[in-house]
Amino acid sequence: MKLQKATCFALFAVLELAADPARQLAAAEIADKYGISQHHLAKVLRYLGRTGIVESARGIGGGYRFTGNSKRLTLMDVIELFEPIEPTHRRGEELRPTTDVGRALRVVLNEVDEQALATFRSITISTMLKIVSLRPWAANIRERQSSAESRRSEARHR
Amino acid sequence: MKAALAVETDVALEIRPAVAADVPLVIALDEEVTGLAKPDYWQDTFERFGARQRGERFFLVAERQGRVEGFVIGEIRAWEFGSPPCGWIFAIQVRPKSRLKGVATQLFDAICDCFRKVGVVNIRTMAARDDITILSFFRSQGMMAGPFFELEATLE
Repeated sequence: MKLQKATCFALFAVLELAADPARQLAAAEIADKYGISQHHLAKVLRYLGRTGIVESARGIGGGYRFTGNSKRLTLMDVIELFEPIEPTHRRGEELRPTTDVGRALRVVLNEVDEQALATFRSITISTMLKIVSLRPWAANIRERQSSAESRRSEARHR
Repeated sequence: MKAALAVETDVALEIRPAVAADVPLVIALDEEVTGLAKPDYWQDTFERFGARQRGERFFLVAERQGRVEGFVIGEIRAWEFGSPPCGWIFAIQVRPKSRLKGVATQLFDAICDCFRKVGVVNIRTMAARDDITILSFFRSQGMMAGPFFELEATLE
């Protein structure tokens, strides 16, 4: 399964903003972090703004913040905004569905599709953020959180 | 065991092993959720998982003020198709009006504690692909696709 560029950018932005809904981030900040086109991301963010998932604030210090419900919004909800996700049986004629081989291939590809769709539908943004924070590659985030907690604790005891 | 399983996070909600008196309440809750009464099934399940627990089978209920708000059932299974001992959760239900209040999470945590106490480190479950509510719940608890496929066929 390969997601289109705009879909990936939308997922980066939504997850980045949903990690701290009180925080506003400019498109440039997100684009820098992920090494992606700021111009393309800005277009994606504007579209996300029209759907109510993010909200933009103009002017100095402006940017975007997450306004969706992270416990209800799923990966599928975001993906579907940018690309059609359809089971194989609804796609075109490339599988030659009038032949036995084509029909059999369609059965197998449908099985793959159904697994993918169920996965996207059942993972909310909130769950996704948990996956991000629990995985080993997020160790630096945990370290930062731990350091911040230590600093707060030290400050309280001073 | 009852004291050990009590969850303190919600003083009004107690998670404890099921007793015979809970069975009619479980039957009623299941009927409320599924629209189908299965008294024989639940009585048999209680006999196997509640009454004759061998330390590897768990039938827990969440009770608030004498009312069963939800339940969870699981057991330890070992070496099916080479799988090392694993905690299987095969039923979890919460009264519809009590959902989104952390009841299922407390039940899930409690049965995971039961599994941990007997040394199990992996848990497993199965859910219908189109049951997004239950799939989302298990995923929100950190569960992901495992190394096994569920396969089935219709016998001719």
